[in-house]
Amino acid sequence: MIESFVIEIENAVVSYREDVALRGVSLKVRAGEFVGVIGPNGAGKTTLLTIVNGLGKLVNGRVIVLGKSVTNGGRHELRKQVGYVAQVDNIDPRMPMSVREVVMVGRYGVLGLFKRPGKHDWAIVDESLELVGMSHLAKRPIGHLSGGEQQRVSIARCLSQEPKIFLLDEPTASLDWKAQTEILELVKSIHDERHLTTLFVTHDLDALPHTCDRVVLMKEGLIFGEGTPDKLISAESLSRLYNLPQSVVEERHPHIHKRKS
Amino acid sequence: MDLSIFGYQFMQNAMLAAFLGGIACAVIGVFVVLLHMSFIGVAMSHAAFAGALFGLWVGINPLIMAFAFSLVAALVIGPLADRGELHPETSLGVIFSLMLGLAFLFLGLNPASRSTGLELLWGSILTVTHSDVLILAIVAVVVAGLVIAFFKEIQATIFNRNIALAVGLPATVIFYGVLFLTGATVTASLRSIGGLLIFSLILNPAAAAYQLTYNMKRMFIIAAAFGVLSGWIGLLFSYVFNLPSGATIVVMSSVIFLLSAIFSPKRKVKIWRRKPVEDLEVEK
Repeated sequence: MIESFVIEIENAVVSYREDVALRGVSLKVRAGEFVGVIGPNGAGKTTLLTIVNGLGKLVNGRVIVLGKSVTNGGRHELRKQVGYVAQVDNIDPRMPMSVREVVMVGRYGVLGLFKRPGKHDWAIVDESLELVGMSHLAKRPIGHLSGGEQQRVSIARCLSQEPKIFLLDEPTASLDWKAQTEILELVKSIHDERHLTTLFVTHDLDALPHTCDRVVLMKEGLIFGEGTPDKLISAESLSRLYNLPQSVVEERHPHIHKRKS
Repeated sequence: MDLSIFGYQFMQNAMLAAFLGGIACAVIGVFVVLLHMSFIGVAMSHAAFAGALFGLWVGINPLIMAFAFSLVAALVIGPLADRGELHPETSLGVIFSLMLGLAFLFLGLNPASRSTGLELLWGSILTVTHSDVLILAIVAVVVAGLVIAFFKEIQATIFNRNIALAVGLPATVIFYGVLFLTGATVTASLRSIGGLLIFSLILNPAAAAYQLTYNMKRMFIIAAAFGVLSGWIGLLFSYVFNLPSGATIVVMSSVIFLLSAIFSPKRKVKIWRRKPVEDLEVEK
């Protein structure tokens, strides 16, 4: 059988006015793969995620997700199968919505127009909250949660969507070290249990789960290299990625140096 | 106090207009507050006013021109605000002052109907006609009906437009739908409340409700109740103290906002966080 790809990106070009965010990126992701995308700020990582769920608009190239082309027509249908954890946004502390209602938003697309959430939907929501360890805050106003808690709620929202693809944009940025570790473990365990295909974007090396099946390095709107984490993440490739002398990389990330030797 | 006045047809029309306008404006206000688009609302209500005066000048139904102007304003500012190309204050400053300038320009060009024109500036709820009430009724029913029918899409869009899009909801349609309804509501209320005053009846009841609840459904209901209350109490004061009704309605809505802000439980957020929150006003 020919290998089946869940995400196929071919020569994608995306531009925001004068700036070109992606300059011809091609990437194929197999079902069940956990792909980490790393690179400096402004490398086009977020844009790469948004062309998968159709939020970003292609100037050139094509994207096929779950066998369907990401075009204007079928985008809403496709998005229902793609869970997207966006970068942390400041939520209005007075936003009149509870944590439980926010997680239910994940089911709204799946439910379709004119259908109200039923018992079954609330059960899925509660289960998702349980899984991310946020059940005790279910009735709180969403704006009262801390950054780490809100990130967990975002993940629960995606779970309640019961997606096939899981897109995570810097899910650990601006979190403290403990919360980072916990979120990473959570994401990985969800990926394994639910047999998802995951794209995980981060600028932070320490936030990259080393259990990734594959790592993609991005810089200036291009893919700079890809491979297994052990092969690809070396002091040498990182020094080129971040334009830092190799010695600096080794000093800041001694574990990378050690693992190589 | 002699209340026999409420037996007269014109007063009943006014009460009905205040009821319908209060609901429509307050519901739109919830969007304005939660989507942070007060600048769009202000610009649209002034555009409606300018449009109505333009209509008076060229001899087209002022309400049709008001609606057209407010929609054009929305279609210009909406995308600008959307893409973050202009700061809200900047675009508001430009559009708001332009619209006010145009309004007075049309007023000056058309001295014959100056008094009718000025009436559209601060409204005249005591002289609304059956057809004015009918238009208000249609707009109020459509606004309330759409909010009920599309509540979950609306709730998701208000929470975060990108997330609403990402879960497969037509958030962009909802956003522009809200702008369209804002235009319709402003237009329908122009005769009774007036172009200069309408925005406070949109903003104040919703801003007051925002102080009082963490539940979006309840926020819509409280805002609508405050909107109606502002209209009715304002009308009563206007009659009792012989004051312009548009002004008393607006002042009433501001008083309600002020009281809500003072007694808002949301001001005690920090204390709450340390206490168990089971008794908090968030349901489901």
